[in-house]
Amino acid sequence: MNWIFLAEQFLNGFQLGILLFLIAAGLTLVLGIMDLVNLAHGSLYMLGAFFAATFAQWTDSFVLGVLLALPAILAAGMVIEVVALRTLYARSHLDQVLATFGLILFFNSLVQLVWPLDGLTIPLPAYLDGAVELGLGVTYPTYRILIIAVGLLVALGLYLMVAKTRLGMLIRAGASNRVMVGALGVDIKWLFTLVFGLGAMLAGLAGMMMAPILSATSGMGEQILILAFVVIVIGGIGSVRGAFIASIIVGLIDTMGRSFLDVLLLAVLPVNAAEAAGPALSSMLIYILMASVLFFKPQGLFPAQSG
Amino acid sequence: MGKGLLWLAPALALLASPAAAASKIKIGFVTTLTTGAAVIGNDQKNAVELALKHMGNRMGGLEVEIIFADDEFNPQKGKQKTEKLVKKDKVDIVAGYIWSHVLMASASTVLDAGKILISANAGPSALAGKKCNKNFFNISWQNDQTPMALGEVLNQRGIKTLYILAPNYAAGKNMVAGVERTFKGKIVGKDMTKWPTQIDWASEFTKVKAANPDAVFTFYPGKHGPAFIKQYQQAGLTGKVPLYSVYTIDSIGLPRMQKAKMKGVLGTFMTQTWAPDMDNAQNKRFVADFKKKHGRYPTFYASQAYDSMFFIKAAVEAVGGDYGNVTGLRKAMEKADFPSVRGKITMGKNHFPVQNFYLREVVEDADGNWTTAIRSTVYENHVDPYAKDCKM
Repeated sequence: MNWIFLAEQFLNGFQLGILLFLIAAGLTLVLGIMDLVNLAHGSLYMLGAFFAATFAQWTDSFVLGVLLALPAILAAGMVIEVVALRTLYARSHLDQVLATFGLILFFNSLVQLVWPLDGLTIPLPAYLDGAVELGLGVTYPTYRILIIAVGLLVALGLYLMVAKTRLGMLIRAGASNRVMVGALGVDIKWLFTLVFGLGAMLAGLAGMMMAPILSATSGMGEQILILAFVVIVIGGIGSVRGAFIASIIVGLIDTMGRSFLDVLLLAVLPVNAAEAAGPALSSMLIYILMASVLFFKPQGLFPAQSG
Repeated sequence: MGKGLLWLAPALALLASPAAAASKIKIGFVTTLTTGAAVIGNDQKNAVELALKHMGNRMGGLEVEIIFADDEFNPQKGKQKTEKLVKKDKVDIVAGYIWSHVLMASASTVLDAGKILISANAGPSALAGKKCNKNFFNISWQNDQTPMALGEVLNQRGIKTLYILAPNYAAGKNMVAGVERTFKGKIVGKDMTKWPTQIDWASEFTKVKAANPDAVFTFYPGKHGPAFIKQYQQAGLTGKVPLYSVYTIDSIGLPRMQKAKMKGVLGTFMTQTWAPDMDNAQNKRFVADFKKKHGRYPTFYASQAYDSMFFIKAAVEAVGGDYGNVTGLRKAMEKADFPSVRGKITMGKNHFPVQNFYLREVVEDADGNWTTAIRSTVYENHVDPYAKDCKM
C-alpha cells in the first residue's frame, strides 16, 4: 500500500461521489421543495442512459448523443410531472411512495419493450477509452476524469443558479416555505414543473455519464437510488450544498471501505472470518454513517433553513 | 371359466384409458424472464422451445405441455413461482434454474412434493454433497468444477500470483473455492463484491493494479460480464494483466462487445463443458437451427436447457410414458442415456454429470463473428469434489 494507490482510490471515491451528487441534487430539490417522495427518480437516470445510447447510435457520436439526450430528458421529466405527479402533491407520503414505485415498474417494463432486453452499450471514442498518466505514477481512466470534470462543472453551475439567480431564489424560498411562496404570487405550478424537469435532467445526465461504463439496462436506476436517498438524508433534505458534501463523503467512505477494510480486518481476525466480514461490513458502512447522522443531527448535516 | 373372463380385457382397457387419454406430460421450467438477466432466461426459453420442436413436441408418445415461470432473479420470487408450479399447475417435473441462490430457495418445494427436479444451470455445492437428493438431478455442472479446471490451466501456464474478483453469493463463493482448490500459486488479493447491485469495479481495479498479479481470475455472469471487461480495458489492465474467466463471457455478451469494439476480449481464456464448435450430430443440429432462428450463437445456458429436455425425454421413453412412476424415471435418469450436445455424459452417484472440461479461447469465426473455440481438454470424465459427501 503506497500513496499512488491511495491517490487512485481517492479519485475513485470522488468520482462515485460526483455521480451520486448528480442524482441526489434533483432528488433533494424535489423532496425539499415539492414535498414529493419520488422513488422513480432512478428511472430518470435509466431513461437518460437509454436516450444517450440511442442518440449516440443514430449520430455515431457519444458527445452528440449526450447533447441531444439532455433536452430530451428535460422534456420527459416535465411531461411526467404534469401527467403523473401533479395529482400526488396533496397526498400523503405513503401514497406517493406507492404511486412512484408503480412508476418504477412502468418504466422498467417500458424500457424492456422499446429497447433490446439486454440493454444498450455505448462505444466510447478512442481518446476517452483508456487510461492517462496523471504524473508521479498515478494512472486513471480518462473517461472517469471526464465524469469528475462534468460533475464539478454542474455543481458550480447549480451553485451559481441557486445563489445568484431569481429562479434560485425561488427554489431556496420554496425549500424553506412553500406555502408562503405561493401566497406571494409566484406561480408554484410552473416552478414545480421546472424544478422537476431540472432534477430529471441532472439524474439523466448521471445515467448518460455512466452508460459507457455500465451499459444502459432496465432496472439500473434502483441500484443507485438507495445510495442517493442515503446521501440526501445525510446532507439534509432540500439542501443542494448538503447533497454535494454528503455525496462526496458517501462516495469516499464506500470506496475506502471496499479498499481497506479487508486489509484492516485481516490484521485482527483470522483469514476466514475476515474474508466473510469484509464485504458485509464495507457494504454496511454508509448505513452506519446514516444512522449516526440521524441520531445526532436528525435534520441532516446541512438542513435547508425551514420556517 | 376361460370364456367367463373374456370381458376382463376390454373392461380393463376401458378403465385404463382415462389415464392414457390424459397423455400429456406437464413440465415446469423456472428461469429469469424479467430484469436485466431476462436475456439469459429468454435464451433458455428459446432453447427449450427449439428442443420441443426437434422432438415434435412428444416424449414417449405423450404430448408435452411446458409452463415457463419467471423467478425475477430473486430467491423469494423463485420459491413462490415454484410453489405455484407444484401445487396449482400440478406439473410432473420441474426444471430450469439459472441462479444457485434461487435454486437453493426453491429446491425443497419440489423435492418435498416427491417430484423430480432438474437444474439446467445452477450447481450449488450443497446439493452435490451433503444435501444431495434422490429426486434432484443436475444436467449442467457443479459450480466448483469449471473454476477447478481453470486453476489447472493457470498452473500449466506458469501463473504464480493471482488476483480473484467475484460476486458475494452462493455461486461466486463456489467458483472461488474451485479455483483455490487447484491453483498452486499464491493468491495476492481477493474481492467479493455485492451481488447483483455492484456493477462498478473502479476501486477493485485500483487494488489489482497495486497488487500487480500475473493474472486475474473472475466470474461475473449475465450483464455484469461485458461491463466488467469494458472497465478492465478502461482501467488500462487489458494487455497488462491476463484475464481468465468462467461464465463471464457468453454468446449474448460477445456480439455486444464486438459492436462496442472491445477487442480486449479476443484471446482471453475460459474453461467450460461445451462450446458451439463441438463435433457431434446433436450439437450441430442445435447450433445451426438456433443460429438460423435467432441470428447468433446459443449460450451455454441455452445448450443446457436444450439438453434438459432430451434428458427428460429419454427417461419418459424408458418408462414407456408412465411418468407417474417416479422411481422408474429416476432409474432411467441415472443412466443418462440421451444424446447430449456435449457428446456422451454420464451421471455421477450424486446425480451430477461426469464429463470433460475444455479450455476455450475467444476467437473470430469464419464469418467474422466473435465466438469461442475449444483449445484443449483440461479434465476427462471429471467428478465433482462434493460427490464423496453425498449419501444416497
